[in-house]
Amino acid sequence: MNAQTSLIETDIERYLELHRNKSLLRFITCGSVDDGKSTLIGRLLYEAHALLDDQLGALDADSKRYGTQGDALDFALLVDGLSAEREQGITIDVAYRFFATERRKFIVADTPGHEQYTRNMITGASTADLAVILVDARKGLLTQTRRHSYLASLVGIRRVVLAINKLDLVDWSHGVFAGIEREYRDFAARLGIANIVAIPLSALHGDNMTAPSTNTPWYHGPNLLQHLEQVDIATPADHGPLRMPVQWVNRPDHAFRGFSGRLLGGRVRPGDAVRVLPSGRQSTVARIVTLDGDLDEAVNGQAVTLTLADEIDISRGDVICAAADPAGLADQFEAHLVWMAEQPLLPGRAYLVKLGATMLGASIGPPKYLVDVNTLDHLAAKTLQLNETGVVTLTLDRAVAFDPYAHNRDMGSFIVIDRLGNQTVGAGMLHFALRRSQNIHWQAVEVDKTARVRQNGHRPVVLWLTGLSGSGKSTIANIVERQLHALGARTYLLDGDNVRHGLSKDLGFTAADRVENIRRIGEVARLMVDAGLIVITAFISPFRSERLLARHMVDAGEFIEIFVDTPLAIVEQRDPKGLYKKARKGELKNFTGIDSPYEVPQAPELHIDTTSSDPETAATQIVEYLARHGVIRAPV
Amino acid sequence: MPDLTHLQRLEAESIDILREAVAESERPVMLYSIGKDSAVMLRLARKAFYPSRPPFPLLHVDTTWKFRAMYALRERMAQESGMQLLIHKNPEAERLGINPFTHGSATHTDLWKTQGLKQALDQYGFDLAFGGARRDEEKSRAKERVFSFRTAQHRWDPKNQRPELWRLYNARRNPGESIRVFPLSNWTELDIWQYIQQEDIPIVPLYFAAKRPIVERDGLLLMVDDERFPLRDGETPELRSVRFRTLGCYPLTGAVESLADTLPAIIQEMLLARTTERQGRLIDHDSSGSMEKKKTEGYF
Repeated sequence: MNAQTSLIETDIERYLELHRNKSLLRFITCGSVDDGKSTLIGRLLYEAHALLDDQLGALDADSKRYGTQGDALDFALLVDGLSAEREQGITIDVAYRFFATERRKFIVADTPGHEQYTRNMITGASTADLAVILVDARKGLLTQTRRHSYLASLVGIRRVVLAINKLDLVDWSHGVFAGIEREYRDFAARLGIANIVAIPLSALHGDNMTAPSTNTPWYHGPNLLQHLEQVDIATPADHGPLRMPVQWVNRPDHAFRGFSGRLLGGRVRPGDAVRVLPSGRQSTVARIVTLDGDLDEAVNGQAVTLTLADEIDISRGDVICAAADPAGLADQFEAHLVWMAEQPLLPGRAYLVKLGATMLGASIGPPKYLVDVNTLDHLAAKTLQLNETGVVTLTLDRAVAFDPYAHNRDMGSFIVIDRLGNQTVGAGMLHFALRRSQNIHWQAVEVDKTARVRQNGHRPVVLWLTGLSGSGKSTIANIVERQLHALGARTYLLDGDNVRHGLSKDLGFTAADRVENIRRIGEVARLMVDAGLIVITAFISPFRSERLLARHMVDAGEFIEIFVDTPLAIVEQRDPKGLYKKARKGELKNFTGIDSPYEVPQAPELHIDTTSSDPETAATQIVEYLARHGVIRAPV
Repeated sequence: MPDLTHLQRLEAESIDILREAVAESERPVMLYSIGKDSAVMLRLARKAFYPSRPPFPLLHVDTTWKFRAMYALRERMAQESGMQLLIHKNPEAERLGINPFTHGSATHTDLWKTQGLKQALDQYGFDLAFGGARRDEEKSRAKERVFSFRTAQHRWDPKNQRPELWRLYNARRNPGESIRVFPLSNWTELDIWQYIQQEDIPIVPLYFAAKRPIVERDGLLLMVDDERFPLRDGETPELRSVRFRTLGCYPLTGAVESLADTLPAIIQEMLLARTTERQGRLIDHDSSGSMEKKKTEGYF
């Protein structure tokens, strides 16, 4: 076959020696179904001898059955994995392929070129060092070429191969090639993509794929495989300062305490001074421990266990940094966010964010703008839908160590996780910390919550009544307030009437508006709790996440969730305001229980079954609960 | 700067995955099938947590039809690693005496392996299981996530997998749901062999060529590993120099004729033979797209 094969035959030891010191390049291929992307990957695998006889056999059979190349091999079929997709004739997810030469092992992320699949492209690109962007020579730069280039630059890919394919169909025209290349360079300059190599190709026939083609005597650059083998793969983080998020505290016995993690930046040697974030404590590295013995040095990308000279408290998620150049520390950021779920972003909702080895509570503000990935225009938006991308403010529930994404991809990237379904719903890149939050220092006030508690003679709490419309929340809340007032407690009742007509009169009843409404109520309740009041709220508050958000706004023990439980059949029968009837007729949209879900509390402090007790009894139950838990003095 | 080699990078990535998975689960377990991929995965686990022992047990879902040499290595590796070894045999398959000869490979595999695995995971309440699968093994694996989410019924839904970005793995799940984690996702067969050589990892001797008692049946060279092998009329085991490219249940695993009795010779043969390793196993040939079907049903 070729030199590699003959070396395998004649001197396997030498072959293995050559393959021992390969480096690793990860790249993505972007283009549409018609640009010949799958053919290009299939051809690379074929030429690099990554295909085995039985795969070739299956390919031969598949080519005859599904292929589009007559009796010739249809390389595209190699890369289309799942049978459902094969039937549709499209690739719909990210697939990873592997091949190797004696210089490099390659991991190819094959990402689809369809309009709706920004999500997959971002996923594939997030781990790639380089992007191969395919252009059909007959069509030139298309909207999707710009989209793919923008998304590649968004995730920090700075090396692009512009694969101008199907040049055989334009008579190997140098003019066509040069025109497309020039146009692309102008466009890519705007995106900050500096390293571009344009290659004239016919993936179908193999021209310039792994050897110079005689059809393009005017082209003097590298062929595709040659370029992939030679391109420099160093990242900014390799030369940056030490960063090692602690994944696992390693304590086999009392004598050993190590910190296991993978270097995400720089290098480390025993004796190096380090600073641990967020605590800011300093120490020096004592040992770099591995099963193969202690190391003199570890470099970016290596997984090791460090021990330090001093006993300092470090837990999972902390980041060990170079003392002279530590990471930033902040809890509020400007970030670029790509939304990946069917359910749109709900600004203000309590999400989880994973950053490094840390899981944090987070909320995301409404987008400052979203980016039209086709035109790069900035557009106004209230939320982000699936496959949309925009700039947002990210607020975390505590400060974390980070670097801007542009400096260090792994220290500046995060994923957003839905608290209930646990789906990964978004992916983001940190631009910079917002100083705003750090500059607002709380006024140190002498009359504080403790002082107010002393004067009021009771503790402040939020009584959060939740339940379906018509379950009796307001009725019960009113009686509770009357009883507490009679006992001398300072109270305030927040309900639909006094909130919806004022504070939240700009909000409707969509899921996003409900979230914002509850956030406002939570904030008001928090201020009132700080003022020493017993706050009673009576809102449907159908979503667990928002109730959780409101709960976390006040101190532990200050939030008392009361589930006013009336089955839908009964509230619908009662229907005091005729709302259920309207909703059933479709005249009222987003009505909880009908076409909008009610998420039942899983562990409310109090559960009131209204089918077995009247409102007076229910209110008394609540007041007794407060007495029992020392919020108020027991009624005499 | 001295660039890391591809094996160093793969090793670091796998260690990263192992640590992250352990840190984010309550009851992790490592599926240990005794083959070469399991051997590499076990070595990586020991590296990931050293000087601690890997903080999870090994689980072997036993079909009772593995090669004897595999059982021998299993005991040895459990002892060397100091890890707890759990062995699960599906009691129903045991009671029915399920075997590949009378019940066929599909039933045998389903009851012993697929059902057995689900039983074991449920019985011990494991919420995360490491498996040695690689993306280069089979087409449907190429799109598998490193952290692969399974429903409470252990089902894999290829349309509903979580996007995986950077090095940020999402291992969150609700009670009853579980995650399968594949630390070797980005390794190829050649990488595995190179690593075994570099690290001098013990593997089952059946991978090396030796004279073994063989009968030829349905185009496969089957080894008569014990007296349970029912010989058909006219079949006499003859000693032939063979080795195995992949190890499963001995009546379902075909040998290849070979003289390769060293690692370089095996690698040489692998590279020249150019036949992917699962082809020696009967189970992938049951029907087209069969691996994909098995996976949605809960097979590893």
